[in-house]
Amino acid sequence: MESLLNRYRNITVLLLVIMAQLVLLAVSAKNDQDVRFIRIWTVTAVTPVARIIEGMRGGSSGFLHNYILLHDTNQENLRLRKDLDKLKMENVFLKNELNTADRAKSLAVFQSRTPSKTVAARIIGTGAGANSKVVFVDRGTASGVQRGMAVVTPDGIVGKVIAAYPIASEVLLITDADFAAGVVTQNGGVRGTLKGQGTPQCKVDYVAFEEKVEPGDLLFTSGDDRIFPRGFPVGVVRTVRSGQPFKEILAEPTGLLRGLEDVLILVEGVHQAIPDAASGMQPVYIAPPPPGGETKPADAKPAAVGTEADRLRSQYKALGEEQKHTYGDNPPGAKAADFTRLGAQPSAGGRNPAPGGVAGGQGVAGVPPSVPAIKPPSVPGIRPPAVPAPTSKPPNKLTDPADATPAKPSTPKPANPPLGAPPAPLPGRGAGDADPSRRINQTAGVPPGGQVR
Amino acid sequence: MSYSGDRILLSNQREGQVSRFHVWVFVVVPLVAILFQVYVPMFFQFLRFVEMPLLVVVYFSIMQRNQISGLTIGALVGLAQDSLSDSPLGMFGIVKTLVGYFAASVGVRLDVEHSLIRLLLAFLFYIFHQFFFWVMSHALLNKLGPFDWTGTVVQAVLNAVIGVALFHFLDKLKERS
Repeated sequence: MESLLNRYRNITVLLLVIMAQLVLLAVSAKNDQDVRFIRIWTVTAVTPVARIIEGMRGGSSGFLHNYILLHDTNQENLRLRKDLDKLKMENVFLKNELNTADRAKSLAVFQSRTPSKTVAARIIGTGAGANSKVVFVDRGTASGVQRGMAVVTPDGIVGKVIAAYPIASEVLLITDADFAAGVVTQNGGVRGTLKGQGTPQCKVDYVAFEEKVEPGDLLFTSGDDRIFPRGFPVGVVRTVRSGQPFKEILAEPTGLLRGLEDVLILVEGVHQAIPDAASGMQPVYIAPPPPGGETKPADAKPAAVGTEADRLRSQYKALGEEQKHTYGDNPPGAKAADFTRLGAQPSAGGRNPAPGGVAGGQGVAGVPPSVPAIKPPSVPGIRPPAVPAPTSKPPNKLTDPADATPAKPSTPKPANPPLGAPPAPLPGRGAGDADPSRRINQTAGVPPGGQVR
Repeated sequence: MSYSGDRILLSNQREGQVSRFHVWVFVVVPLVAILFQVYVPMFFQFLRFVEMPLLVVVYFSIMQRNQISGLTIGALVGLAQDSLSDSPLGMFGIVKTLVGYFAASVGVRLDVEHSLIRLLLAFLFYIFHQFFFWVMSHALLNKLGPFDWTGTVVQAVLNAVIGVALFHFLDKLKERS
């Protein structure tokens, strides 16, 4: 028996082992449940090792990836730098586009608000000379542009047309040495002649040494040159030196500060009042026009225009009325008006008229004496515009009754009255009457609907 | 050990020398083989065909030339493989028990140091393993499906090649007398 077991020992063990596993299998298959401890033992024995191996693999893989396999890092850096450069270029391009869009919008707004008839033009080239301050614009005689017309932007005057061609024009910039324009300071009404120097700054000539001009004063066109209508911003006084007989004044043109791209050519310029507190350098807020807020120009109180000719006309008219003299309607030999009394007139037509109008308390150009005295404007007889003080909350302007904006201006009439001669009276108004739309526009940058400068 | 490249059959059992291994080899190598089976295919799908536990069982069985040792190793490795698979306990165990037994039985008669013998044994036992597993699945678990002879043969060849290399490596773990 013993020898039999020894002889068949191997096969016996095999059968026993197989039988045991068959039982195990049968139990598992029948109950659908394993002998759990066998799996637990195996998993317990295997998973720690697997975890160690996985940890080693992850660590070595990370080490390999982070420290050894860095051969593509340089290329990746180059690629990222290239991407960065590309994005920077795109950023600059988009900023320029945004800037252009802002300028175009500002120009369009200015064009729609200004009483002057304008033609928008784009700078298409510069002068060929190395030192020339000349640019070419894409509007010419076909668009109504003529030699001598003023070129402006919302920020200030830019230059004047020195040659008009069919589809383009040549514009002499304000900084050119040949350029000159009559200017007046905003505060004191000091007149002078702005001349280009070929440098970024212009000088202001013919300002007497006793006149009060200080750095920071704003310059506006005076209208004396008959190119630029009165009231357009010109620049800011930067340097003032005393001299004999004239001061040495340097001013920085504001029209060129933001670069030149789009400009407006004044086809028919209309004089404007010089604003009390306006600055072309401040951001412009323009609220939408109020619904139904349009008033007819006839409802507005007429006021004098702001040109020197208007002032003289008002003075002579007042003198004639005082002496019951009718100009141009007297028989030969009739006694002329006593013009010597003109100098005795109070400063009604002067630069700083008495509040409310001219001598005798009678308002010039239809301004009634009952008009309350506000801050005197720089132009005689002009009621100071309701220019709101700069505020950080522009939208509130619409709700503030004190900031009520004037009526929307009517279609501006071309008016570049020659100096020294009374202009023809406007139809439907007296000689001293001013176009209400002009008066409204004399707020210089405060168009209907509200505008904060 | 008497070994001749020309002889693949041993004239008697004494010609075959039993290889001895350290105890840790019997623990570590099967464990590594099982780990390979459950871990490597996670990252290298194409290595899923390698039946590393089977090759280890075949190697230890033919080198031990002891049928009880062979079937024991086969049973333990098979049960461990069952524990880490979704099949019921005993499927791999029974198959590998038989493989271990028969491998040890063949090892008594053949010169298992010969590479060609090793290649042939690995090839045949792989087919036996796969076929018997299929039979058991068909008979005991009622899992229907044809047996893929072509795929099995190809995988058997690949496993045989890998097995020869593995056996060569495992030879270095033998105790030197």
